[in-house]
Amino acid sequence: MSHSPNPSVLARLPLDLSPDLLFVSRVLVLTPHEIFLAPPDNEATPEARWALHAGDQLILSDHAGLGKLRLVDTAHSKAQWRFTLSHMKSAQEFVAQFQQLHITPSQAGAIALTASQPTAEWREDASADTTPPSTWTLFRLWRFAKPYKGQLLLGFLLTLAATAATLVPPYLTMPLMDDVLIPFQNGVAIEPSTVMKYLAGLLGAALVAWSLGWARTYILSRVSERIGADIRTTTYNHLMHLSLDYFGSKRTGDLMARIGSETDRINLFLSLHLLDFATDVLMIMMTVTILFSINPWLALVTLIPLPIIAWMIHVVRDRLRTGFERVDRVWSQVTNILSDTIPGIRVVKAFSQEAREAERFHQANQLNLKVNDRVNRTWSVFAPTVTALTEFGLLIVWAFGIWQVSQGAITVGVLTAFLAYIGRFYSRMDSMSRIVSVTQKTAAGTKRIFDILDHTASVPDPRNPESLENRAAAVGLHQVSFRHGNRGILHEINLEIKPGSMVGLVGHSGSGKTTLVNLIARFYDVSSGSITLDGTDIRQFNVADYRRQIGLVLQEPFLFFGTVAENISYGKADATRDEIIQAARTAHAHEFILKLPHGYDSLVGERGQALSGGERQRISIARALLIDPKILILDEATASVDTETEREIQQALDNLMQGRTTIAIAHRLSTLRQADMLVVLDQGRIVETGRHNDLLARQGHYYRLYQAQIKLNEESNPDKTGLGYISGDTGKQDENIASSTVAGHHHAAN
Amino acid sequence: MPLTNLNFSLDAFDRLLWHAPESQTPIPVVPVRAFPIAAPEESIALVDEHGHERAWIDRMDDLGCDMAQLLRQALTSRELTPTILCIKDVSRFATPSVWHIETDHGATELTLNSEDDIRHLPSGGFLVADKFGLQFKIPNRSYLDRHSQRLLARFL
Ligand SMILES: Nc1ncnc2c1ncn2[C@@H]1O[C@H](COP(=O)(O)OP(=O)(O)O)[C@@H](O)[C@H]1O
Ligand SMILES: [Mg+2]
Repeated sequence: MSHSPNPSVLARLPLDLSPDLLFVSRVLVLTPHEIFLAPPDNEATPEARWALHAGDQLILSDHAGLGKLRLVDTAHSKAQWRFTLSHMKSAQEFVAQFQQLHITPSQAGAIALTASQPTAEWREDASADTTPPSTWTLFRLWRFAKPYKGQLLLGFLLTLAATAATLVPPYLTMPLMDDVLIPFQNGVAIEPSTVMKYLAGLLGAALVAWSLGWARTYILSRVSERIGADIRTTTYNHLMHLSLDYFGSKRTGDLMARIGSETDRINLFLSLHLLDFATDVLMIMMTVTILFSINPWLALVTLIPLPIIAWMIHVVRDRLRTGFERVDRVWSQVTNILSDTIPGIRVVKAFSQEAREAERFHQANQLNLKVNDRVNRTWSVFAPTVTALTEFGLLIVWAFGIWQVSQGAITVGVLTAFLAYIGRFYSRMDSMSRIVSVTQKTAAGTKRIFDILDHTASVPDPRNPESLENRAAAVGLHQVSFRHGNRGILHEINLEIKPGSMVGLVGHSGSGKTTLVNLIARFYDVSSGSITLDGTDIRQFNVADYRRQIGLVLQEPFLFFGTVAENISYGKADATRDEIIQAARTAHAHEFILKLPHGYDSLVGERGQALSGGERQRISIARALLIDPKILILDEATASVDTETEREIQQALDNLMQGRTTIAIAHRLSTLRQADMLVVLDQGRIVETGRHNDLLARQGHYYRLYQAQIKLNEESNPDKTGLGYISGDTGKQDENIASSTVAGHHHAAN
Repeated sequence: MPLTNLNFSLDAFDRLLWHAPESQTPIPVVPVRAFPIAAPEESIALVDEHGHERAWIDRMDDLGCDMAQLLRQALTSRELTPTILCIKDVSRFATPSVWHIETDHGATELTLNSEDDIRHLPSGGFLVADKFGLQFKIPNRSYLDRHSQRLLARFL
């Protein structure tokens, strides 16, 4: 862009939409006294001007990817401009600059902060490399092959030697024919010693080729197996470090397919196909050399079909590649359905949707068939054509050779050797052409692996992390805003949490409570503003170290497959048994654990010992206790359990909160009554803060929430007795009720 | 309660105001389509600034001509889903990929972050989400010319 060096320009906002939402590019320019609109390359000739007056305000909003900036005064709207969110950052700067011009008292503090804080990327970005995803992608695998350079070189040399050894036998057919068999037909007796010499040569070549081939295959398979394992581990490690954002945008089945089958395919490619291909190329090169050295003319004729085959391979290549990419994608759709329904099998059954899920799977499978059929159509023509061409090539050699023999230009022995050579040669052409499809498949797979590896974590570690020693754990949020894709979720949150105090977050469901604690735990980074721990921006700590300061108890406690003890010590693998038991005691989990058949050694998690929601919750509290966190986050920790269990859990939680900075979200407001401060969120903004009694006295948002809950409790009391009656009936009925509530809950969540 | 005799106006801030029969002061509302893809002309909610639903419109056609006009205006100013007419060129066949496209709102480019951002619609069409959240629509595959179709197919 060529803007005139106009010193009075404070900010520029590129606009890419006209007022009637056509894609047109303009630039909006802010000067101390006016805002003007101009073509991007010619700011000297503004198309429209708006003078600025005291009391004017700029209002920035966005919805569904569309940004809107409005200039309003106290009485009416003066202008509005549209842009796509690609310019959101410029827009925020534009507004910040504007506000510095017209400082309004309530926002004075905010501006100073926005100017000084580092603005975080608000979306995870794959690295912006622009190489086409062709076969070249495969070369990126070099990164994994590098550690095995030596072994690979050895393997290559062995391949070279083994291939050379296989080329000896056809060469020996020449003297056998010319010096032994043909003279014999002409009446010369066979000399046994000559024959023995040639036969020994044949045997020796075969033995050498065999042993070299064995060594080569063994070494290279070993290496490729290791490379495959390295790729898998690296990809998984990388995946573990990606933020929740990434997992939110990918489906489990897809990721599983990538790490599982794609790496396997790469492995197979390296150990089998690539090896074969290399051998073939070497053999062809050697054969060609030998053929030319024997008879250049015959060699030339022999090679006629070669360019035709090469051309065919090139043509088919492109069509196959796109086809294979689609095959991969459709395949991960199939696995996606599996990973969707199998964990949700209770819901499927509760709503008797087995048939529908079967149908959905059937559909995906049909699509898979269709896509595969299409690829196979191209493929099936290709392979026989190559075979036919090789037969055709043999025909030419026969014809030309016989003519040459009749002319006396070559001996029968030479012709036999040629036929023996090209017999192998062409049969390798056939299998070589297969390399096209496997290479394409592997390139597609490699691309999908590198898609993961190229993703940089959106919560990056700083270069020189600050120390986390001796922190008192005061948490501060300053002008924090957060957006998910095109949706603003939290707006300008300011909050100071004193060390050791307890803060309760309340608000309607969807008001952003979970998002706020996710930001504090740094599962995501803020879009603008900053979060500090004892005055240091949390982005300046090492992520893992920082999270170690935080104990998290969620509404849906997740237990891994393993023993109870392993689950409790998940955050601190070197915990002693005493520590584990101490944590379990404090979490009120000790007694029920002792009732389990194998005590602390009982298996839990998927397929393991079934535990109730409250029991799982207490294990997860013990888990949080064991790491002795400075900051404790409780996200609706007691929401999914009955009142009786809640009381027990609450006691466990009270133990846990002792002396820690606690941020608690609770559905039941009564559990937050003792909080040092309550923060009421509404639509991503803080609307009230204060202690329970103050907030009640204020008769605002909190008061209304509280009243609504009291009323609900009163109404549900007669209900409860009714429920008790039913559940006292039979165990079977009880189970029905339980499963239908679960189903309903899931349904609402979807 | 399905209201057919809704009364709207625009205020000086270009906000849509709803004159509810039972209320003296007009209520600033935002119209929101309940099914922007499946049924854009039906099921529209009027939501106030606190996010509470104030009124419900079953069908746009039920409104009077002027009111429907006002409502449509408010709706279009809030949302933009350009229809892709032609895909001229894509930067590469792996994501992220930049597409140079022609839409019914003019020529532009979009950055496709991942193939998962192309959503298949039950109607056979596609909804392509730009890196920045703007959605582009393709009514169905045959709507595009052959060149565009071929480019699109590489991402499906
Ligand atoms: N991964 C996500 N992508 C898009 N929107 C999200 C995501 N997670 C949460 N939201 C939205 O953010 C808002 C706040 O959610 P949340 O913080 O979970 O609310 P709360 O915990 O208060 O019930 C909700 O409107 C929700 O739809
Ligand atoms: Mg929540």
